[in-house]
Amino acid sequence: MSLRSYIIARILLTIPMIMLLLTFVFLIIRVLPGDPASLHFEKNASPATLLAFKRELGLDKPLLIQYFDYLAGLVRGDFGKSMQDFSPVSQQIFSAFPATLELAIASTIIMVVLGILLGATAARSYNTAEDHSIRIFGTVSYAIPVFFLGEVLIMIFGIYLRWLPAGGRMYPGISPAGLLIGGQRYATGLYVLDSLLEGDMYKLYLSIRYLILPSLALGLVLCGIFIRLTRSNMLETLQLDFVTAARARGLKERTVVYGYALRNAFLPILTMMGLQFAALLAGAILTETTFSWPGLGRYLVDRISFRDYTAIQGVVVFFGLLVTAVSFVVDILYAYLDPRIRL
Amino acid sequence: MSDDQTRGRMLVPLMQRIISLEQSGLAGWAVLSGTAIVVVLAIMTIFSPLISPHNPIAINVGPILSPPSYQFPLGTNHLGQDMLSRVISGGAIMFQVSVISVIVCLIIGVPIGLFASFAGGYADKLASLVMDSIYAFPGLVLAIAIAAMLGPGVINMAISIAVVYVPSYFRIIRSQVLTIKELPYVEAARMMGANGRTTLFRYVLPNVVPSIVAVATINFADAILTAAGLTFVGLGLPVSTPDWGWDLTYGRRLLTSGTWWVIAFPGLMVVLLALGFTLIGEGLSELYNPRLQR
Repeated sequence: MSLRSYIIARILLTIPMIMLLLTFVFLIIRVLPGDPASLHFEKNASPATLLAFKRELGLDKPLLIQYFDYLAGLVRGDFGKSMQDFSPVSQQIFSAFPATLELAIASTIIMVVLGILLGATAARSYNTAEDHSIRIFGTVSYAIPVFFLGEVLIMIFGIYLRWLPAGGRMYPGISPAGLLIGGQRYATGLYVLDSLLEGDMYKLYLSIRYLILPSLALGLVLCGIFIRLTRSNMLETLQLDFVTAARARGLKERTVVYGYALRNAFLPILTMMGLQFAALLAGAILTETTFSWPGLGRYLVDRISFRDYTAIQGVVVFFGLLVTAVSFVVDILYAYLDPRIRL
Repeated sequence: MSDDQTRGRMLVPLMQRIISLEQSGLAGWAVLSGTAIVVVLAIMTIFSPLISPHNPIAINVGPILSPPSYQFPLGTNHLGQDMLSRVISGGAIMFQVSVISVIVCLIIGVPIGLFASFAGGYADKLASLVMDSIYAFPGLVLAIAIAAMLGPGVINMAISIAVVYVPSYFRIIRSQVLTIKELPYVEAARMMGANGRTTLFRYVLPNVVPSIVAVATINFADAILTAAGLTFVGLGLPVSTPDWGWDLTYGRRLLTSGTWWVIAFPGLMVVLLALGFTLIGEGLSELYNPRLQR
């Protein structure tokens, strides 16, 4: 199969998956016991208020019409209106998303770098105390709730040592302005990048300081799977002939392990990064809440406390679409890098 | 595949291999220590009314936010509740939620996985598509949506967690069944006149059971972590039940005052319980799939 027909086949498979996902979320919010509008008022609203409220949100229409309204809205990038103030949910989602993305990128870097380094080290010192302790670390890290680790990090580095801020994303009221083009500033919403584009080193320093603890918490919790993956791959690779050949040529062990064998483990790591993206987002929800990080996860948790079901639906759909898109891109990338997949 | 290898996949020989630690090595130790942790915590939870020094939900048992002392070994929280008693009895919710969600997963995931993949064709394609769509979803987000609609309660929490993990069962069972149903001994059974039902239940299912057990134990750990996560985002149970998840959630607001004992002990208990199940699950899958054993 050529790469092009692989991409087409993959798209054809993605469409029904997205439709199922959207339908599933719709059914959860509308059909599960408990009508979202009356739940919003905790069943304390008069029938007239409830009816006016439903009319404003379009919840009074027949279910099938609501379903098509919902799909048509999504095509236009409309994620519905908030139950709290009837403002469009999509605006909130798009303004909160960069914070989540920045956290996700920083955590991915920590998780992958740490996972690969520890995994490669464990494989190099196979069956020694070092290997065992790295494996135990990987297993334990899987069992730690990310918000507990976050709380511990806040306690140690934020409150006792006072090295790093305990929460938030920046000093209140400050945000990096972004790139200056033709007298106007364009910001991406990623504070580290925006500070660089603005050329303000102090803001860069601040945004990195605020980013360290949350991304460390999330990265540490998720790195276990990369440790195991790198380790088992490297153990296999280290037995292969080309590694023996490299050793026979008298190369340093370090060069053999990190330069030769490790390179072979990159493809499975790429796949795993795609698979872990969903876990990363789920972890981000809890991490953001722990660190008062103003991203999508915190928006979702806020909306839960307001019983704002339309906003909850919007965020859930957004997360679902995002994960589908990422796994699509990773699959294509993988097929490009490893032609065997397309067979 | 020789007779011996086929039998090696059965559950009882697997247990024997675990017990003979010389053969199973690190994986056997993982299973045994994980089991020990889970059993100790389960006993502690069951007998908590007898062993907790104070009533875990009684307020003002001691001074407010007192650090660990001789009288209150794990300190007290902002309501003057004894943390030791809350730690001892706070596992009940976690155990209930995880047990119920694993049972729901087994009831839904196992039959769908078995029948769809054994039947093949459209049934398999449809089931795979539905399961893959759920699997692709960030688990916690989906559980949040369902739990938010169902409202608080142990059963509701368990259901919202179960929906997220059914696809894991489906996938592992499917991959196993697809391999096993092509093996010579299954073909032989068919040639000797076994019908579909006999083949599935007598010859295929017993060989799938070990991997179901491995998935279920990992699922226990995930269910515990997800339950703690749901509580943390405000979808937990009412305050009146002692719960490690609730203590962790509330403790976050007290962090700035430096009262580490309010979160440290409940948090460690969640880690310990999840770790126990993870160890069993990882050990079992290693023993079962020796390729990973190195």
